[in-house]
Amino acid sequence: MYDVMIIGAGVVGCALARKLSQYNGKIAVLEAAEDVADGASKANSGIVHAGFDAKPGTKKAYYNVKGANMYAQLAKELGVPYNPIGALVLGFSEEDRATLNTLLEQGKKNGVKELRIIERDEILALEPNTNPEAVCALLAPTSAVVSPYEMTLALSYHAAQNGVEFIFDCPVTKIYEEHDTWHVETPKGVIEARAVINCAGVGAAALHNQISDEPLTIIPRRGEYYLLDSTVKCPFSRTMFQVPGKMGKGVLISPTAHGNALLGPSAENIEDGTDTRTTRQGLDFVLDKCRLTWPKVTTRPVITTFSGVRAHPATDDFIIGPVHGAPDNAFEAIGIESPGLSAAPAIAEELGEMVAEHLKLPAARFVRPAVPLLKPFAAMTEEERSDACRKDADYGRIVCRCEVVTEAEIRDAIRRPVGAKSIDGVKRRTRAGMGRCQGGFCSPRVMEILCEELHCSPLEITKCGGESKLLVGTLNEIAKEAERHE
Amino acid sequence: MNDPTIQVEVLVIGAGPAGLAAAIAAKKAGVDSLIVLEREDRPGGILRQCIHNGFGLHRFKEELTGPEYAQRDIDTAKEMGIDIRTGVTVLSVGNDKRVTAVSRENGLQVYQAKSVVLAMGCRERPRGALAIPGTRCAGIYSAGTAQKFVNLEGFMPGRKVVILGSGDIGLIMARRMTLQGAKVLACVELMPYSSGLNRNIVQCLQDYNIPLYLSHTVIDIHGKERLSGVTVAKVDENRKPIPGTEIEFECDTLLLSVGLIPENELSAGAGVELSPVTSGAVVSDTLETSVPGIFACGNVLHVHDLVDHVSNESFRAGEMAARYAKGERREGREIPVKDGAGVRGVVPQKIVVEERLTEVNLMFRPDRVYRDHYLTVYADGKPLSSAKKMILTPGEMVVQPMNEKMLAACKDAKEITVAITAEKAV
Repeated sequence: MYDVMIIGAGVVGCALARKLSQYNGKIAVLEAAEDVADGASKANSGIVHAGFDAKPGTKKAYYNVKGANMYAQLAKELGVPYNPIGALVLGFSEEDRATLNTLLEQGKKNGVKELRIIERDEILALEPNTNPEAVCALLAPTSAVVSPYEMTLALSYHAAQNGVEFIFDCPVTKIYEEHDTWHVETPKGVIEARAVINCAGVGAAALHNQISDEPLTIIPRRGEYYLLDSTVKCPFSRTMFQVPGKMGKGVLISPTAHGNALLGPSAENIEDGTDTRTTRQGLDFVLDKCRLTWPKVTTRPVITTFSGVRAHPATDDFIIGPVHGAPDNAFEAIGIESPGLSAAPAIAEELGEMVAEHLKLPAARFVRPAVPLLKPFAAMTEEERSDACRKDADYGRIVCRCEVVTEAEIRDAIRRPVGAKSIDGVKRRTRAGMGRCQGGFCSPRVMEILCEELHCSPLEITKCGGESKLLVGTLNEIAKEAERHE
Repeated sequence: MNDPTIQVEVLVIGAGPAGLAAAIAAKKAGVDSLIVLEREDRPGGILRQCIHNGFGLHRFKEELTGPEYAQRDIDTAKEMGIDIRTGVTVLSVGNDKRVTAVSRENGLQVYQAKSVVLAMGCRERPRGALAIPGTRCAGIYSAGTAQKFVNLEGFMPGRKVVILGSGDIGLIMARRMTLQGAKVLACVELMPYSSGLNRNIVQCLQDYNIPLYLSHTVIDIHGKERLSGVTVAKVDENRKPIPGTEIEFECDTLLLSVGLIPENELSAGAGVELSPVTSGAVVSDTLETSVPGIFACGNVLHVHDLVDHVSNESFRAGEMAARYAKGERREGREIPVKDGAGVRGVVPQKIVVEERLTEVNLMFRPDRVYRDHYLTVYADGKPLSSAKKMILTPGEMVVQPMNEKMLAACKDAKEITVAITAEKAV
């Protein structure tokens, strides 16, 4: 029996796991997918928002600003790429100026520092590639970018180092309370816990509505993106927003924490929260909107397109705390759409404390500090590279030539707690396959290393878990199969 | 402690067909210290996985498989005592020809070369670069990756296949997958013509009744975890899909053969000027790049159709790199070579006119298919030669020799232009 069962290994679930790992208790994270950050946490804009968007008094506003203030320290402690590059919200009319003024006032009320309105000259001086038709902009110097999946991974690593158990490929089929114990039915059996925390993203409403007599609605909202090659310098050094619309903050152009240019997202309400396809309309919409910010927008250096599905709450605000209308010891952090990434550390801090207090979990006497992530070979100096090779010969073997990722880093990504089990798992942990060739050269070798480390056949290796197998059989097997068909 | 930097006269990066030929030629030209660095565990490059035949018709007057073709050069290199170091990845090339490389055996090593030959080859354009909408499921491979799985690892990536792009690797894989028991449903090409060799269309598609859909493309990709199908549509003259022409294919594999890109990250790091047309270095007729002493040849310079051409070009690069290392500097005036009508990416982009003239091959690809057109070389607008060609197609590299007589005729010219013209130029 667990003390706390966290359902969902996105950035909120992993941040909560890390927070609760600082108490004496048996904590587990259940995840339907094969890895952490499989949903919205891996496919979002990666912005730590300054906090001027949300209406004062909302949970979004409160947790956004509080979370954003925690980021620099947290990213440093965990060794996650984070860059406080600032942001501009562009206005193209006097009507837009009024909106920007509202944002400015909201931001001030929310406690955001250093916000101010700037005029065209200053915009063009700061960001020369901006459309010169922009008349004014809100400058938010405290806005930052972070690598969202690496943040989620690092939170999970630190949680695991302090004893949190991660159970993957484990979707919850049923959840109920009986004799003061929560029962969670999964394909791996019934798992019991004193308390549950629902952090299930787009799947959270389904769980909530099983245990509460106050049902709620989460609307899956898909956003599509273009990612450009890192060899092409991002035309902007800050995150470039346009004035927000009904469906959110609108389309942005921003350098990622790794320096690639990111264009997106679109915003489209969909039925199926797992439907992460991209569409011609969605991608064209992004390009079209980007043209307003960046008239010379080009997709020539595109290396990939992707989409993420945000969990949009019908109430338009985060839902955080004990589950209303449910038996005791059920908690939730749901409807965590943007600015959820920014808010996650603060949500974890407060909700984690609330849960620990409620269960009377004592603070752990010793909390292991986060083991710093290996410095990427690509970021090392010549001397550091030379030293690394002397200590571990596997550094001498470059597997991903585009991103310069070594065999040592790939083996580490598989061996560490909450290690990679698939090609995409290795990619998110090491950047192998994230470059220009998109894994064309390195995926066969990554597959071999996965087989060696996990003691399995190449036929079992998947792209991202489940039935996403990369190979269908040996040459002999398939040839024989074909003969039988004839 | 001694300076661990390894001094070498000629350093060749890559032991594929280009690097091997360059090394052989450099050795023949009398270079003593010569090292070839190869990131894979064996020399041979991409030829190792090209187990079909058809290589070497020009050079050896016989049809060899890829590994056989490579082995001839590997054997020659070995007989000549050329030092080929495998499992070594070059990390950087400086404009001073200082090269850093890393290997499991020796860790980080620094080489100081007198001349460097860039022979790193090319890579395939991935799905992302096309921004094809749809899901991001398993089952989508570049044709070369699939070829590696099948020919080197012995595994099949799928059973029912659609191929996007009619580049040579895609065509070859259509046949290969069919022979191995897979069903290839279609080969889909965006352009109104194939970008592959004509012989491959016949031998790899027609012989196996695999339909080729010209002016079509994949507009959607279906399947949650593994590919379950693709939507193909006809495109108009602006390459935009035409609504109502959609065809659904149920398949578990999509192979992409949508173009090759010279892999020039190291070259860019060395400050080598790159051509936006070829994506390779801008070179003179000696294959020297904009950085003195750095030479480029093979698919890293421009994407070739035949390996025979790669070898030929690389012999010249190797010989010139050797001469440079021995201190033979060339004196002469540079004449730029320009793309005229119908011509894309002529290489070399400049010719150095010296006292002693040696024949130069101008190589390029036509920008579309031309029938019964004239291939004309101009010096300052005056035709030097104009010859009728029955067919010129982007799938096949055009090799236009400039002999000594032609070179002598343009000794004082300001520029040379190659063009495809409907009429004979006089």
